[in-house]
Amino acid sequence: MGKKKKQAVKEETLDLSKAEEILDKYEGIDGCLIPVLQQIQNAYGYLQEPIVNIVSERLNISASEIIGVATFYAQFHLKPRGKHIIKVCCGTACHVKNSKNLSARIEKRFKIKKDETTEDKMFTFEEVPCVGACGIAPVVVFDKDVHGTLSPDKLDGVLDGYTK
Amino acid sequence: MSGRTKTEKVRAKSSNNDGKSIISVCLGTGGIAAGGDKVFAVFEREIKKKKLDAAIGKRVCKTAKTGCRGLCAKDVLVDISIPETKTQTYERVTVDMVPQIVEDHLINSKPVEKWLAKHDYHNFHAHQERLVLGNCGVINPEEIDEYLIKGGYKALEKTLAGMSPQDVIAEISKSGLRGRGGGGFETGWKWESCAKFDDDEKYVVCNGDEGDPGAFMDRSIMEGDPHALLEGMVIGGYAIGATSGYIYVRAEYPLAIERLHIAIKQAKEKRYLGKNILGSKYNLDIIIKEGAGAFVCGESTALQFSIEGKRGMPRTRPPQSVEAGLWNKPTCLNNVETFANVPIIINRGAAWFSRIGTEKSKGTKIFALTGNVKNTGLIEVPMGITVRKIVFDIGGGIPKKKKFKAVQIGGPSGGCLPEAYLDSPIDFESLKEAGAMMGSGSLVVVDETTCMVDMARFFLEFCTSESCGKCPPCRVGTFLMLDILNRITQGEGKEEDIDVLEEMSEEVRVMSLCGLGQSAPNPVKSTLRYFRDEYLTHIRDKECPTSSCVALHKYTVDPGKCTKCTLCIRNCPVDAISGSREEVAFIDKEKCIECNLCYDKCNFMAIK
Repeated sequence: MGKKKKQAVKEETLDLSKAEEILDKYEGIDGCLIPVLQQIQNAYGYLQEPIVNIVSERLNISASEIIGVATFYAQFHLKPRGKHIIKVCCGTACHVKNSKNLSARIEKRFKIKKDETTEDKMFTFEEVPCVGACGIAPVVVFDKDVHGTLSPDKLDGVLDGYTK
Repeated sequence: MSGRTKTEKVRAKSSNNDGKSIISVCLGTGGIAAGGDKVFAVFEREIKKKKLDAAIGKRVCKTAKTGCRGLCAKDVLVDISIPETKTQTYERVTVDMVPQIVEDHLINSKPVEKWLAKHDYHNFHAHQERLVLGNCGVINPEEIDEYLIKGGYKALEKTLAGMSPQDVIAEISKSGLRGRGGGGFETGWKWESCAKFDDDEKYVVCNGDEGDPGAFMDRSIMEGDPHALLEGMVIGGYAIGATSGYIYVRAEYPLAIERLHIAIKQAKEKRYLGKNILGSKYNLDIIIKEGAGAFVCGESTALQFSIEGKRGMPRTRPPQSVEAGLWNKPTCLNNVETFANVPIIINRGAAWFSRIGTEKSKGTKIFALTGNVKNTGLIEVPMGITVRKIVFDIGGGIPKKKKFKAVQIGGPSGGCLPEAYLDSPIDFESLKEAGAMMGSGSLVVVDETTCMVDMARFFLEFCTSESCGKCPPCRVGTFLMLDILNRITQGEGKEEDIDVLEEMSEEVRVMSLCGLGQSAPNPVKSTLRYFRDEYLTHIRDKECPTSSCVALHKYTVDPGKCTKCTLCIRNCPVDAISGSREEVAFIDKEKCIECNLCYDKCNFMAIK
């Protein structure tokens, strides 16, 4: 009983109106699951169980199928992430230009491994496949900002710009 | 005033921009990453400050954003076009340089020589044939009028005014255009196959998923000339009888998505899209679908499942998508670059197009030239050009006086071409014979410091993590092959590993369900074919010839290769390296903490 009550309380504090609004927009549109999940993730930061249940009800798709889709695609996250996402591109051109040294510098600086978040929940570090900016390899993407032709020291300079 | 008369007026605008001076700043993703948006903003500020938006004589200046100029290595690239003078290009522009450029060049008509693009930039362009990329870096991709001025949508007008769908298919077939996404199927044949199926719903779909590492051709077209894609799609849709269109763009391309949305809105406003296009009976709406981070969704059936909101897991064929694809309806799927070629062929004719390229590979191909080469960026060259010309003439050769080792063509589905193949022509057939493949166009140059075993391992790791998991030959096969390569690069290789890799490569290729699994072994096969000795050194001597594989580091200086530059000595954080300009370096293993900094610093691969 206690667990259900806790969950009910959690749902109460979660603002479901954003999810409802998104679902209203896609009412009746075929194949809308992925855009719905993308917009929900933008609104809530990650896909959480109560929201998945609402999507399931509204779109008449089982929750297990939704989780099946969410776990298939790298873009979707089922756990909260940091406020800022740091992505080191691991495409061929970046790899050949030693992107692994950039990853090593981030691990050293923030004391986290890839797919981990700092304790203060500020930064999540990811290694991602090619982001398509190969002309300026090696590349790190900080939130939506693309930074190219980096060395570990230049990367520190870029990160200083965001952390100060 | 009718829509068509308005368009004619727009097109009739003088090609020297109504007497205005134009400052064009490259604002593709690469340009923005190099600070292009800041440079753009400072130009705007300076122009206002100097009141250049008022006339100087009869000159008015305006800033313009353009898409990818191509030579990303020299971003931010800025063109200054003053009427009746030669357009000048500045390279590596920073915000500090802007005030002087405005003062000297715009106001006093004296270009700042020291900042102008050097011969590398001109060489880069001299050997190219920019047809599909013709508008990229020249027009503002967010202004349909600029596309119209360059002759945009004339091909669509010609198509709907006097060509039947069969006429269009015949013209595309005659041109010899082949798919630019990697498959290389004849486009005309694909359209013909789809056109013959009758259904109340048919789809024309553009594959903008471009997941190949090292590829950004499609991104540049979508960011720099989105209307070329739209125009090609409408013509294609008309040819096959499509009732709806989709562009599937990977989520990692937010700028491309934004510009495509703008382009679709503008095209609809001018009746190039939507109901009764250009007053004809043909209707087509194009919807953008964003990918969600899955390389396998570049495979056509997986892409279609993804549009339907499902897991992107490929299916067996038959039925082919042209018969039953998206929502089980006839679907024709083509790559971005393939569609962008279509208006050119309709405008200039199949006969003209088929004179470019080789007998079986017509037209041009866009390549992303990256890796260990001086001029990294996007190039468009006629099919049949040699690897040597691309790497050395256009690419400017290998930086830091290093030796060329190989070129990886076709990304994780492709293979490498070593020095012996520098004079090979680049076309579909020749590449296949050499064990590589055209792929989507990624061309990564590697030099003598790259470990080819590690390259193979890198590609296999990518395929393993991107495998959808549906079929065991791919899911398990690539995983087991990766395990072998991991052991080899960690000094635990066995003599029989090479035979096992070769056997498994064939099994995975033959038995995998889709292209991802079928081509995953290609980098392994190709590196075994041309760099077998590197594998043997890893296995027998437990050594990496390029000192790249960290697990094989012995932290010993090779006196035969050490040039006494002292770079390692000066950078060692624990002073574990002795030596001088007269004496070769020596690493004290008692003190060494194996941080590998000396390996990174050494330019001569002298540390084993």
